[in-house]
This record gives sequence, structure tokens and C-alpha cells, in this order.
Amino acid sequence: MYKKRFDGRKFDELRPMEAKVGIIKRADGSAMFKQGKTIAVAAVYGPRELHPKFLQNPEEGVLRCNYNMMAFSGSGERVRPGPSRRSKEISYVTDKALMPTLNLKEFPGTVVDVFIELIQTDAGTRCAGITAAAMALADAGFFMRDLVSSVSIGIIEDQIIVDVDKEEEDYEKGMCDMPMAFMPKSGNITLLQCDGYVTKEQLKKALESGKNACNKIYEVQKMALKNKYQGELK
Amino acid sequence: MGLIVKDRDIVVPGEVLATGMDFLPAGGSYRDREEIISSQVGMVLVENRLIKVIPLSGRYIPKRGDNVIGKVIDITFNGWLIDIGCAKDAMLGLKDATSEFIERGADLTQYFNIGDLLVSKIINVTRVKSADLTTKGPGLMKLTRGTIIDVQSSKVPRVIGKQGSMVMMLKEMTNTRITVGQNGKVHVSGFDPEMEILVKDAIKFIEKNAHKHGLTDEVKKFLEERLKGKKILEKKELSKETLEKKENVQEKI
Repeated sequence: MYKKRFDGRKFDELRPMEAKVGIIKRADGSAMFKQGKTIAVAAVYGPRELHPKFLQNPEEGVLRCNYNMMAFSGSGERVRPGPSRRSKEISYVTDKALMPTLNLKEFPGTVVDVFIELIQTDAGTRCAGITAAAMALADAGFFMRDLVSSVSIGIIEDQIIVDVDKEEEDYEKGMCDMPMAFMPKSGNITLLQCDGYVTKEQLKKALESGKNACNKIYEVQKMALKNKYQGELK
Repeated sequence: MGLIVKDRDIVVPGEVLATGMDFLPAGGSYRDREEIISSQVGMVLVENRLIKVIPLSGRYIPKRGDNVIGKVIDITFNGWLIDIGCAKDAMLGLKDATSEFIERGADLTQYFNIGDLLVSKIINVTRVKSADLTTKGPGLMKLTRGTIIDVQSSKVPRVIGKQGSMVMMLKEMTNTRITVGQNGKVHVSGFDPEMEILVKDAIKFIEKNAHKHGLTDEVKKFLEERLKGKKILEKKELSKETLEKKENVQEKI
């Protein structure tokens, strides 16, 4: 039985979080999200015309996410720059996790570019990336039904833990690692991946604790967005 | 039941603004059953039973009838492509550009060249949300001199003021010509470049304090402070001064 977490957190406790909006001045919207040692920076550019033209959607704008781990971000080993199988997949799921909140009907034939850069990684990077990207999109002034908050849930020896770090992810007795993204207002899940084994009961419990964790992240996102704009008004 | 947020609060997407059926959602918000929810980062405005969220960021969305200031970025066979700061480039067609007869194969640069700035009006927004422009009409023209100031497009109404009160005041106090484009571009030209700089500062001041009540008076104070001891040049005086300067230069030569 997994009784105590490596870093002494409670099972449903998140790593210390920090969020900041508007860190890249030249971008249309930007945000930073820090979760423990994982730091994600997201920048939004657009809407702008999409080329090549056959990629355009005449009904609404296209969202294009790009996830990238910086070369020096990993645990000692250099990350090879450029798109890989892994980063392409994560870019794709990030796109799908954000699209349900976003309304781009006002911008047909255009593209909204979201660049997510991981400066420092300690597991849960796609979650931190999605959380940062949601803030950056809101900062860019897009119509959104909701924000998106994201966290990873793990199962180690039948114990459900929230916000898995690298040590726990690599632990050989770990059963499962599930990143999820969640829309706090509507209560819909926009991303759920699973690496490992999970039973039906465990999944139910895991989603419940994941939702609670996402609500905590949502509060941090909300504060960061409000801080930026309230600061501007003073 | 009723309003949850206060008037002029900052809200984020997904935040509940009001519950119950007493209020109606206007721009930047939507109704989901019993709740009115914000769909944008912005400031809440409650007008009687309407709840509005005024955006604090984001691109200009073209609207028919808006006067905009744009820059020519390309010339095509049937008109000009204009950048008006929205997602797509706007189109200025040949027949909407001038009432002159343009011969087939004529050199279009004699009317507008790439890089020219112009005041134009949106006559139509197409199905794919790109704007068609015209430069035929009063006040619509090519801009040849002056300064362009960028403003957040959602704050343009404050720059104009109630029935143009703010712009009128700026014009009168600094003796400049000001054209405000709905797309957040303001053109200022005056006889005195110093006044153009002053207007720029004043408009930045308006943008920063756009949420405040009684802004016109505050701007007036701001201008009076800056204008202390300065002479507002009239056209005649300026020409006299420049003539003197020119004479001096010639003397030196």
C-alpha cells in the first residue's frame, strides 16, 4: 500500500501553483502556469488569415496548438528540438481539449495559433500547457463558454493521487497515469487519457478527485486573469 | 436570485453573472437555463435589465457603417487590400474608391499606393466576415500628414465621448484635426507637432482611465495642466514663424 507520497503531500493535494497573465507583450494573449517544478508558457497569436488556403474552414476559425518541450527542460537529458511523435500527439489533444469552450464563429477562414512552451518539466506538462493556454486565450479576448483547467491523476497501488510528479510517474509500483481537462462551469471533461490499468470503480473515484483538483486550479486561473485587468485599471 | 456580480466588476469566461429570469444577457454573455454566464474577459455593465460584458482585449470586429482608418497593403486588378486591424484584410473596390472614371489598365497607384493611410467607411461585411470599404463620402480621404495613435478598439466610445464631446474638447483645446476610426486608430494633425504629441498623451490617458466616471472633466484638467504657459499656434502665426526660420537659414547660407 502506498501510504505516503514522495514529497510529503496529501493524496488530494496539488503542488504549489502560480499563474501569471500577459507575460508576452507582443502576443495577442499570453500566460504562464507553474505547478511545482513544471513551468508552461502559452502565447496566442491571431485570428489571422490561414495559409495554405485548403486548411481554411469557411464556417469558423481554426485553432492550431503547438506543444514544445525546450531542449534544456528535461531531467538532465537534452530534449531533441523539433516536433516528435509525442509532441505532435500532445499538440493534437490540447487542440481538442480547448476547442469545446472556444467560439471562433466570428472569424471564418482564419487561424488562432497557440504556442505552448515548457521551460521546465516535472511531469504533468500537457496539463500545465492546457491550463496556461486556456488563460492565454481568455487574455486574447476570445469568446469562450468556459475556462479549461487540467490536472493529472495517478493510481499507485490502489491509491488515487492527484497531480502526479516525475518521481511518482516513474515509480515502478504505479498503476496508472491519467491526464484530464475539465470545464469547471459546465462540468464537462474535454480530455481524458490513460496510461496503465484502471478499474471502473477506480476511474469513477479518480474523476471525482480530478474534478475537485481542477476546481482549485480554476480559482488560480481566475485570480491571475482578474489580477492582470484590475491592475491595468488602477 | 438576481445579480451576483457588481456593476463594473472584472469577470472571466464561465463566471456566473446573475441567476433567475430577471436579467437579459447582452454582448459578451450568454444564458444557460437559469444562469447568465460571461463568455469573455471584461468589465460588467448593468443597464437596467441588460447585462453586458465590455471586452478589455481582442481584435476589432468589423461592423457595417463604421468609419475606420487603414493602411494599403496590396493592389489587385480590381481594387486595394486594406489592413484595418481585424482578422482579415478589407477590400476597397475600384468603384467605391473614387467617382472618377478609371480606364482599363490604368495605374492604380495614382489613387492609392501601397503604404498609404486612408479614412474609409465599411459598406458591407461579407459572409466570411471580411469588410468592403468605400472612400466616397464626406470626411473619407487619404491621409497625408499627422500622427496615428493606436487605441484598444473597445475603448473607442470613450475617446469619442457622449455625442462627440471628448473629441470636440480635444480639438478645441489643442487646435488640431482629429479623426477617430472605430477600429481603434486615431488620426491627429495640427499646425504644431507639439500639440499632436499632447493629443497622443491625452488619448493614452483616456485609454488608461476608460472605466472612470466623469472622464471628460479629468481629461480637461489633464490638458489644462499640460497647456500651462504654452501658446496655441494658429495657422497664420505658424506660417510667420516658419518664414522667419527659413529666412534665418537662408541668411546663414
